[in-house]
Amino acid sequence: MSLLKISDLHVSVSDTPILKGVDLEIKQGEIHALMGPNGSGKSTLAYAMAGHPGYTITGGKIEIDGTNIIELDPNERARLGLFLAFQYPVVIPGVKVADFLRHAMSNVRNPDRKEGEKLIPMREFRKELLGQMNELGMDPEMARRYLNDGFSGGEKKRMEILQLAMLKPKFAVLDETDSGLDSDAVKVVSEGLSRLSGPEMGVLIITHHERLLEFNQPQFTHVMLAGRIVETGDANLAAELHEHGYSNIRERHPEAAAEEVVEAV
Amino acid sequence: MSTPSVNTSAAIPAGFGEAAFEAFLSTRDEPEWVTQSRRDAFKSYCELLESELDPEEFRRVDLRAMRPDRFQLNAASELSQDSADGNDTGTILKGQAEFAGHVTHIDGQLASNDLSAELAAKGVIFGDLAVVVRDHSDLIKKHFMTKAVDSETDRFSAWHAAFWTGGTVLYVPRNVSVEAPLHSLITLQAEKAADFSHTLIILEDGASATLLEETVSATTENLGLHVGAVELILGQEARLRYVQLQNWNQKAWHIAHQAGRVENNGFLQWTVGGIGAKLAHIHQDVVLDGRGAEAEVNGVTFSTEKQIHSFYTQQAHNAPETRSDLLYKQVLRDHSRAIWRGMILVEAEGQQTNGYQRNDSLMLSPTCRVDAIPGLEIEADDVRCTHGATAGRVDEEQIFYCMSRGMSEYEAMHMIVEGFFQTVFDRIPVEVVRETLNQAIIKKLGFGR
Repeated sequence: MSLLKISDLHVSVSDTPILKGVDLEIKQGEIHALMGPNGSGKSTLAYAMAGHPGYTITGGKIEIDGTNIIELDPNERARLGLFLAFQYPVVIPGVKVADFLRHAMSNVRNPDRKEGEKLIPMREFRKELLGQMNELGMDPEMARRYLNDGFSGGEKKRMEILQLAMLKPKFAVLDETDSGLDSDAVKVVSEGLSRLSGPEMGVLIITHHERLLEFNQPQFTHVMLAGRIVETGDANLAAELHEHGYSNIRERHPEAAAEEVVEAV
Repeated sequence: MSTPSVNTSAAIPAGFGEAAFEAFLSTRDEPEWVTQSRRDAFKSYCELLESELDPEEFRRVDLRAMRPDRFQLNAASELSQDSADGNDTGTILKGQAEFAGHVTHIDGQLASNDLSAELAAKGVIFGDLAVVVRDHSDLIKKHFMTKAVDSETDRFSAWHAAFWTGGTVLYVPRNVSVEAPLHSLITLQAEKAADFSHTLIILEDGASATLLEETVSATTENLGLHVGAVELILGQEARLRYVQLQNWNQKAWHIAHQAGRVENNGFLQWTVGGIGAKLAHIHQDVVLDGRGAEAEVNGVTFSTEKQIHSFYTQQAHNAPETRSDLLYKQVLRDHSRAIWRGMILVEAEGQQTNGYQRNDSLMLSPTCRVDAIPGLEIEADDVRCTHGATAGRVDEEQIFYCMSRGMSEYEAMHMIVEGFFQTVFDRIPVEVVRETLNQAIIKKLGFGR
């Protein structure tokens, strides 16, 4: 069983420290929720895990089965089985969904593949793509559209889940996959994720909302405040936060609360 | 069917002076009007060499290193049989049988030519200008540098008119449709060879055709010179799709005057691919002469190392209810430069016309440079004309997104570049043409597929 282990992780953005010592362990098959107020560093953790060049790791480790990945390029991390579902998926004009996915899948399934080497056979790829699109209630026509180009918010998030389904990572980080969606779209995404998660996948769900967690009951809920995980509990903690917000958390952790960046009004 | 050469062998001195011109003329066996037009053009050439080039067109194009005296015109029989069969040229299309006819030139001389018997029976002519100008002298005399490209425009048009070597001619009679695409291949092989090929396409009223033309070098090292011309002449309701893929090696100079004229309700789709050459400058005009005439101009260029790709485009609306739509997509890397100067001209007669031009460029390195200058000159008062230009670098977020899905940085960049060009390819319905352009770009990006 694979293990994703984050220890004492420090991350800066433009020389400003955002994460100040994050510890987190996720085993394959577990579902973790990561909650916290705006600006607490949740998305920073997601980007730092995926290897975004704008997020500088200044200390600590991120290990997958004992391999420290912080020096690896984002594509090498993906090939080790890490996946980030983006909060704001990127538009790539002129690149068809199917072509993009076929390249992505070929690289992730064959981690030694070099550019220009052979892709997954078309027949095998198409069969899997159409099957997964069907499961997610997606129009097969979408495979011919340009990636995220002109997609609605819901379509973009569904496309992230489709990629998750195709790439079958060991560890998936979902960065506010439920944000900006109406309740029907959240339901589709939630059901899709619950169908995909299982003993083969560890999931970290970053969310403000309850809905995604209703379908994907976390075994662990972590609360982040001012760049640290200040509390870890079970699903009840998530429910409590939904009901009462973060005021109790701030009371219990006054030092962290004092470090919170006050957002301009 | 292979057409024997019409020209006799003789040594032509290097360069393009008086002696070279006379020696060149002595190798030609041509109708009197051709010889006379060459003499007139050579006189103009000598005069025009003394006058300044139009600064509007050439200000950003540095031609000082070109040195015409280094280059040499070839006589036909100097071709070895090995090179004459065209097998060592770098066409991307090798082995593709979807074409209804081929014309292949090497170093300015015809190497091979074929056309389906069915099309020949319908009166279609597809061959080498040097041959066709003798067999169909009146037809060529009527259209050759009389309507589209004017030999007096500047030193390059005059130079070409004096020294044109041959080139691909396509003539399609009234109401004849050529369904399968035709292929024209222009190659440079010898060191310091010069190609002065002239492409002439004449579509009578109601005719239609698709021609894919490629220019390629047999080696990566040999210096080459192309001073060319393209003339596309479309009658009423004629439809032409013409693609010229300039894919010389990076030691070749490419200077060309290219013009298309379209009569009532005719449709011209013209795509230029600029991949090769050390320096390429193309003067490209579309002139809409008849009511309802339409032109779609597509440009796909990819410049690397120290290449310079320069385009001077004009869309002239001389008649009412005409439509022109120009889209250039340019990618640059390393220390390359791209220059695009575009103009939409609407005459007072051009009421209710719709003119559009757009140039998008994508810079893959901080050391390349793009100058994109759109322009409008409108005499009519009831028109719709729009233009725009964008230039930008590859978006880091796009690269990161692709990489987070397992692609290497280069693979991500390549995918984004291909996607950038895709919107032009989407406008080209003929698959073999689309695929040829795409393959040329993929090859240049530095990997096979």
